[in-house]
Amino acid sequence: MSESWLRILVVALLIGLVELMSRTGVIPLQVMIPPSQMVVELGWILASGEFANDIVLSFTNVAIAALLSVLIGFVAGLVIHSLPSLRDALEPLLASYYAIPTFVFYPIFITLFGVGSASIIAIAILLAVVSMITATLNGVDRIPRVLRKTAQVYRMPRLKTALLIELPAAAPYLFTGVKLSVAYAFIGVIASEFILSGAGIGYAIAYAYNNFENRHMYALMLLILVTVTIVNTALNHIDRRLQARRQR
Amino acid sequence: MPKFVGTALVLISCVLLWQALHLLVGESSLASPLRTCAKLAALVVTGEFWANVAETMRAFVSAFAISLTGGILLGIVLGARRLAGNVAEPILVTLYSIPKVVLYPLVLLCFGLGISAKIAFGVMHGLIPITLFSMNAIRQMKPVYGRTAQVLRLSPTQSAFTVILPAILPEVISGVRLGFSLTLLGVLIGEMFASQRGLGFMLMSAINIGQIDTIMAVALLLTVVAVTCNSLLLLLNQRMGYR
Repeated sequence: MSESWLRILVVALLIGLVELMSRTGVIPLQVMIPPSQMVVELGWILASGEFANDIVLSFTNVAIAALLSVLIGFVAGLVIHSLPSLRDALEPLLASYYAIPTFVFYPIFITLFGVGSASIIAIAILLAVVSMITATLNGVDRIPRVLRKTAQVYRMPRLKTALLIELPAAAPYLFTGVKLSVAYAFIGVIASEFILSGAGIGYAIAYAYNNFENRHMYALMLLILVTVTIVNTALNHIDRRLQARRQR
Repeated sequence: MPKFVGTALVLISCVLLWQALHLLVGESSLASPLRTCAKLAALVVTGEFWANVAETMRAFVSAFAISLTGGILLGIVLGARRLAGNVAEPILVTLYSIPKVVLYPLVLLCFGLGISAKIAFGVMHGLIPITLFSMNAIRQMKPVYGRTAQVLRLSPTQSAFTVILPAILPEVISGVRLGFSLTLLGVLIGEMFASQRGLGFMLMSAINIGQIDTIMAVALLLTVVAVTCNSLLLLLNQRMGYR
């Protein structure tokens, strides 16, 4: 427990240091506004509803992209797992997949789907889906053979075996894939909006940067950082509990 | 070599799929594989293209060098000190999974428009994975290695270079592999937003004038280079008998 208090202390000290430096003018206001002011600005933005449309749009896109990645990745993982020769052929490609700088394909999606949610969701899925495929393969691999045999002994039908035995046994591994997919969906959506788009939080940050509206920019940055940190921490927490259950 | 054949078949079907998609949506939305390669061949003989490649490479090499040395040193320090490592790890993991692109305006305001902002952004992407992998490598190192170094009365420098570094090298290379890809991604994203030079800028200017073949040629080149470097590092890892 003392470690987590120490961690909070370290983060608080860092934020305090930045606050002090920007209040005393070591960090000029044109570069960064004090963290306390970012919080106040964020409160204003949320209360006034100025960026409500952008915020809703971004989070909707993240949710759609994460959901689709998890579904597509899960089904693709099952299909690949059932075809061992395809799997052998794909494995080296999957290992190198995250070396691809995915965002260079964003311009191609823009010419295909136009500037808008479709290209943004496509790039986010491209980024997120492979971690779900890998997690599914891993999860199905790790189902203990004795569980399947038990199902056979009880003469459970195939569907029932899948739902009552295999899915719960693979769940901890699958959840790791879900966790990664959500993180990648956030990165994919926000980064695409930032590079080129006409709406969303990423776009609003880029717009504020181009127009020297530091207050808006830092408030929105804070919103993203806080949201992503809360979501990731929550998912990590669930993940750890599932992993602990698995080890028992 | 049947495994290699299978992978080649998958790659060939990807190219066929690309061709089919091209026929489906038309020349103006998606250039054919042949035309993309022709465009790439035409690009590599122009001086402007190499100027952009050189700019990206300069930013990438500096960023990667900083990520590499900084990440390994930080990893060793955090790995050797248990409390510091335990406190830092969740913070690093959180930083690793946030969309760092939202911090790019801050980097631009601190470093100004130009190559140093791109380098800083590349380091932001590449430093953390290398640190995390090096840190875990030290933590999982067999304690007997450290004790042997102690028994032989090696100086800290000697034990660092002859015992610790060789012991953690395979893990570190895995981190470097990830760091390499992410540094490149960081530099490219940096160039795609508010930059006047480099391959990322080339992509964005091609989109503004609707040159789909240029976009695809650059994307193809970057993909091939990134995947090749990654495969080489993966091969190096396997040679060392890691996993």
